Amino acid sequence: MAKVGVITFLGSLDDRDALRAVSTVGGTPVPLWHGDTDLKGVDAILLPGGFSYGDHLRCGALARFAPIMAAVADFAAAGGPVLGICNGFQILCEADLLPGILTPNHGQRFICRDVDLIVQSASPWIGNRPVGESITVPVKHGDGAWFHPQEGLAELEANGQILLRYSEDINGATDRIACITNATGNVCGLMPHPEHAVDPLLGSIDGQLLVGRLTAA
Amino acid sequence: MRVTVLVRPKQGIRDPQGEAIGRSLNGLGYGVSAVHAGKIFDLDVDTDDAAEAKRIGEEAAAKVLSNDLIEGFEVIVG
Repeated sequence: MAKVGVITFLGSLDDRDALRAVSTVGGTPVPLWHGDTDLKGVDAILLPGGFSYGDHLRCGALARFAPIMAAVADFAAAGGPVLGICNGFQILCEADLLPGILTPNHGQRFICRDVDLIVQSASPWIGNRPVGESITVPVKHGDGAWFHPQEGLAELEANGQILLRYSEDINGATDRIACITNATGNVCGLMPHPEHAVDPLLGSIDGQLLVGRLTAA
Repeated sequence: MRVTVLVRPKQGIRDPQGEAIGRSLNGLGYGVSAVHAGKIFDLDVDTDDAAEAKRIGEEAAAKVLSNDLIEGFEVIVG
């Protein structure tokens, strides 16, 4: 079974849900600590949601300097799968492991509800679902507007790095983009919470696609 | 020695905080057409050399205190 490391930062909230989601999709969850530099031989890494360092300065801006992040950068550079959810997505963007940055929701409101996401590019991160298909995953964020300058966006699209768009504009994200990867496709980030959508009791199991990619490593 | 770093949202970047403050100011009748909210950092650096202090301020601003995608910064020594 694939070992999936879930990093707990100071202020992570969804680490336990993420560990449980890894078990649900058949992986072996391995708790990792922000202050460590050892990845304990994991096959994949998940950065969970929360409010690391109280969201001080900018979301994810301080967590990117946590001791474990150098090991995460090396792991990603070697092609290892890394998934960032919500605050984890913010951290990966601030660490330059993903393009763009997360900024405050344009409507100035915290959003907490299910959203429909439209597949933009067939990818193992979303079970190779066909382009145009919709999946349902909840969001809960105040700083979820992914921003990227118009310059370079076409290249991301041409590379197949834009995986999901919101079906409607919920937070002001550039071109309604909800989920992206790095150029090599092994690092993925999104504001919606797939770890909260892995059991029929939670209303959707579409989150299994993203978390499941980590156990396929 | 004190180094002050001013961080401002870049022109054209949406600034919900500034918009909210602007609406409140206008509600009070001040007639403000736009507010852009930034951040101020006063760093007391361990050097008395102004050039070194400026270098530290600029490096900290570029690496940590601002994100080049959305913000610009200005460093003032003294």
